[in-house]
Amino acid sequence: MSHELFEQVFSSRYGNKYLDTASDKAVLKMGKNRIAFTSDAFVMSPRQVPGCSLGALSVFGTVNDLLTCGAKPLYLSSSFVIEEGFLFDELNQIASDMASAAKKCKVEIVTGDTKVVERGKADGVYIVTSGIGAVIQGVDVSGSNARVRDRVIVTGSVGNHGVAVMIARGEFGLSADVRSDCGSLSDLVLPLLRKFGSKVHALRDPTRGGLATVLNEISIESGVAIEIDEKSIPIEPGVKAACDLLGMDPLYMACEGTMVLIVDRGIENLVLRELRKRGARRAMTIGAVAGSPKDRVTMTTSIGGKRYLSMLRGMSLPRIC
Amino acid sequence: MVASEFGDPKLVADLAAKIASLGVANAQLMEVCGTHTVSLAKYGIKALLPEGVRIVSGPGCPVCVTSDSDLSQAFQVAKTEGVTLATFGDMMRVPVDGISLLKLKARGCDVRTVYSPFDVFALPSDKEVVLFGVGFETTSPGVAAVLREAQRRKVTNLSIISCFKLIPPALRALLEGSDVRIDGLILPGHVSTIIGSSAYDFLVKEFNVPCVIAGFEPIDLMLSVYSLLKMIKRKKPMLVNTYTRSVRAEGNPDAVRIVREYFEPVDSEWRGLGTIPKSGLALRDEHSGLDARLRFDLRPTTVPEPAGCMCPEVLRGVALPTDCPLFSKECTPENPVGPCMVSSEGACAAYHNYG
Repeated sequence: MSHELFEQVFSSRYGNKYLDTASDKAVLKMGKNRIAFTSDAFVMSPRQVPGCSLGALSVFGTVNDLLTCGAKPLYLSSSFVIEEGFLFDELNQIASDMASAAKKCKVEIVTGDTKVVERGKADGVYIVTSGIGAVIQGVDVSGSNARVRDRVIVTGSVGNHGVAVMIARGEFGLSADVRSDCGSLSDLVLPLLRKFGSKVHALRDPTRGGLATVLNEISIESGVAIEIDEKSIPIEPGVKAACDLLGMDPLYMACEGTMVLIVDRGIENLVLRELRKRGARRAMTIGAVAGSPKDRVTMTTSIGGKRYLSMLRGMSLPRIC
Repeated sequence: MVASEFGDPKLVADLAAKIASLGVANAQLMEVCGTHTVSLAKYGIKALLPEGVRIVSGPGCPVCVTSDSDLSQAFQVAKTEGVTLATFGDMMRVPVDGISLLKLKARGCDVRTVYSPFDVFALPSDKEVVLFGVGFETTSPGVAAVLREAQRRKVTNLSIISCFKLIPPALRALLEGSDVRIDGLILPGHVSTIIGSSAYDFLVKEFNVPCVIAGFEPIDLMLSVYSLLKMIKRKKPMLVNTYTRSVRAEGNPDAVRIVREYFEPVDSEWRGLGTIPKSGLALRDEHSGLDARLRFDLRPTTVPEPAGCMCPEVLRGVALPTDCPLFSKECTPENPVGPCMVSSEGACAAYHNYG
């Protein structure tokens, strides 16, 4: 829905060669340099879940978006829309979380704004962060760069953030030991980009719509088929159990600290070794790029069956029985 | 996503080999449960079966079989000032004449999604709360328990639109109709847990159809297909329960009892199947105070099916989703025309999502 909204309302009026990809990032040419520029609005309810807080997410989210452009994240802005009466204690906590997140990713928050609106006009606090980064020399990552026989790698377990938020909302009376994966991917991704340059073809962080949606986007943008093997996808038992119970699919649940990489098959093992060495112990190759069927993601199921993996449509709703 | 040994790839491969060695070249099986529809598609079971063995979906998705007339009544309630309509999630997006509960909610009507029917007690107590009671034998006992609890707590602002449906009468109607070929039935594991395997004895006695009560994991499904094909090959129809870890002959007597206490069988309209005798549940007279249809004076309406939509045929197993001219073109999960594309358990959505 947000894609349609964007096309119909915004892109149709102020579209340009950077905007038309309808993604939340752009790579701008400035002389010889390429600057990555992204912006994201953060709304989270509740504002604190195991492993993640709104403040931390607002920094890590934008930093990770910059990484997906193949850029070293440098500077962030942060703007707040705060509801009248919002507690200072919590605002202080948010700012502290942002400060430590920024320190961790080695970025600086260099500008920003605050607006206070009447009570009831905002759900506590909204944060918008934007960021710029310098695209690393020799790197050219894009969703349209996947090539036949490339390998698909994930840096860690999928679905944690989405499930952690769902459980924390308490709507389903479920409890499970699931922590959000919210975190910076700088320490994992930057060394890879520096080392392997243009052999890394695409990077995506599977936030809204999860792994399945990101793989579909890449297959469509590159005009290729992606084949994945369900058995090899790292999913934590708690995530799996919660999803089974509610009729949800972990492959569609958001991640906030996991990256999907499409890399030249020649560097597959080197990339895995590098990732694991840097702490991504569950990094796995989950599939490969193929020629057909174009624009589709096919999955060999855990029992050896085969099926398509489609894009997320609308919101996921739990079923009746 | 398979929990435990019921998804063991080696056992699945063994069963696939056994199925192939039966040599049944042509059979049409029907599953009558939305969760089976999803499991079959999600695990990619089709790819593991011989080519001539087809599994078609029957009227097993509660969202899909709910009539437009019943939906219109829910819309009418949602539009009433001072009323909160509580519904299970996947009813939100079913369109009737371009309107859905989700759209009404966006226009400011108070429509809430509940996961458990007991969630209604957490809704605003200063408003009338109406629960849209949709589902099969699996859902009605929980709602009956809510009604009993409401009476115990002396809650006066709660009522329900009862659209509950019963599986056995629908199976009878399907088998009495002549337009669909059914060589074997995969019977719903959850419904059977409530009503017991004995509720299906008539299928073999009167219609000579091989039947298997099945669970939902890969092994359950493969075993049920194997068992059906074996009966088909030997021409010895029986009722086999492969889901013994959950289903007993007598079912769950407590659940059956509480449903009987609050509801009685009535003729009911099913999308695709028309009105089937004694196939729905209405509140008993002594509980008519809980009936939203009386409280809000709701009346049945006639609404034409959307042009071109083949949900009725899909729900009878006469057509596959891919036979419908609208499938994945005008009708997609983002913009569904018919309910089989809305519910995650609908056959069209399963075909669209899993291929």
